[in-house]
Amino acid sequence: MKKEQVPQDKSHTYGGQCKLLYATDEKGKYSSVKSNGWEVEEFATFSAIEEINRNRTDAWQRAKSGTTSPLEYYMYEQRMDLAILAQTTGFFQWRIKKHFKPAAFFHLNDKAMQRYAEALGLSIATLKTLPESP
Amino acid sequence: MSNDYQHRQSAHCESGVISGMLSHYGLSLSEPMAFGLAGALAFAYIPLIKLSGMPLIAYRMPPRSIIKGIQKRLGIKMVYQTFRNQKKGMAELDKMLQQGKVVGLQTSVFWLPYFPKDMRFHFNAHNLIAYDKIDNEYLISDPVFETVTRCEENALQKARFAKGALAAKGLMYYPEQLPDTIDYDAAIRSAVRANYRSMMNAPLPIIGIRGIRYLGKNIIKTEKKNSARLPLYLSHIVRMQEEIGTGGAGFRFIYGSFLQEAGELLNNNQLRDASSQMTEAGDEWRMFALQASKMCKGRKPMDTIQLADHLNNCADKETIAWKTLKNF
Repeated sequence: MKKEQVPQDKSHTYGGQCKLLYATDEKGKYSSVKSNGWEVEEFATFSAIEEINRNRTDAWQRAKSGTTSPLEYYMYEQRMDLAILAQTTGFFQWRIKKHFKPAAFFHLNDKAMQRYAEALGLSIATLKTLPESP
Repeated sequence: MSNDYQHRQSAHCESGVISGMLSHYGLSLSEPMAFGLAGALAFAYIPLIKLSGMPLIAYRMPPRSIIKGIQKRLGIKMVYQTFRNQKKGMAELDKMLQQGKVVGLQTSVFWLPYFPKDMRFHFNAHNLIAYDKIDNEYLISDPVFETVTRCEENALQKARFAKGALAAKGLMYYPEQLPDTIDYDAAIRSAVRANYRSMMNAPLPIIGIRGIRYLGKNIIKTEKKNSARLPLYLSHIVRMQEEIGTGGAGFRFIYGSFLQEAGELLNNNQLRDASSQMTEAGDEWRMFALQASKMCKGRKPMDTIQLADHLNNCADKETIAWKTLKNF
């Protein structure tokens, strides 16, 4: 990539930061160049975030109507999915799915609750309450 | 405490940490040189490892292999420490900093508060340098950012001890002994040869140059089998390529820069030629990402055959570079 081709698209996802890239000058000599974003990359990041947000909003609505537990909402809120939550808590996925049932979730003992709290970086009290809006 | 550390921004965290850290301890090494000497360029399409339901696509060797590779090729003695007890892991870090040592840490991106929110995902193999502590804040040199930053104790502990795939277990590392002399000629030759083998003679069709072509075929197959999933799959590929650890094209440019630097050092035209050929391969990767994102956004009609052609071009161009390096 030529230096002047290094994208400067001011991507929102960079949070005002710059990344470093290696690019060549007119003689083909490499050096490092800062880039404040690339539209293509921003789009890909946004698609991933949108997908998580969709799941989160959906989980919030189901938790509100009582068909799932707040756990599922907080899983997406903390940008996890079932696979990651299983890896970080050490619970099997089928057990976590069971805990998505409100009745099962609210009867969890403190030890199991603590494992979720630890993995998600939230307090047990937070885990048990659904926020006002997703 | 007042430790000095010269922050250097870099394109990739692991090569940035190792080159910055070695330079700090007295062995001056550029980031591309660290990347190249580790033989870190790769391609792998791994359907068995899933990230949010999508296959893992890697454009470089797995985490920790840059540090390990450099250690092997340059004959550096490194110390690695992991901890079962989190408090002990933090205390050991404090001890090192108190002694005026600068150390590398493996962390999870999601728990680092200084990361922009949109970049915070659960990726456990992010490397950074801790160089001092003031009150309960660590002074951090994170090579992917422009300047040094700070991180509060609890947050850093969480980031170092996050569980899951590639869990760091508090990994802390630093060089113990640097070699007196380095035979760059031998190190570069060994690194390039090893990288040639992993790209050209991979034992599986999903790794190396063949893996790039395999991905192209897989995109066509996905369209036939499940066209609704295609846009999400494509944006996943682009994301793996561009965002996660600077991505596919970025690594080609780092490697191109390494070949150039090595070519000047050894005054070797084989390396210089391969450098510009690798640059062309990187440009083709960016072209692929651009076209794929246009098709996802609906600015261009979806054409998987064209995308597969781009990937075949990437494979062709990388092959040209590697063939130049054959018998090096």
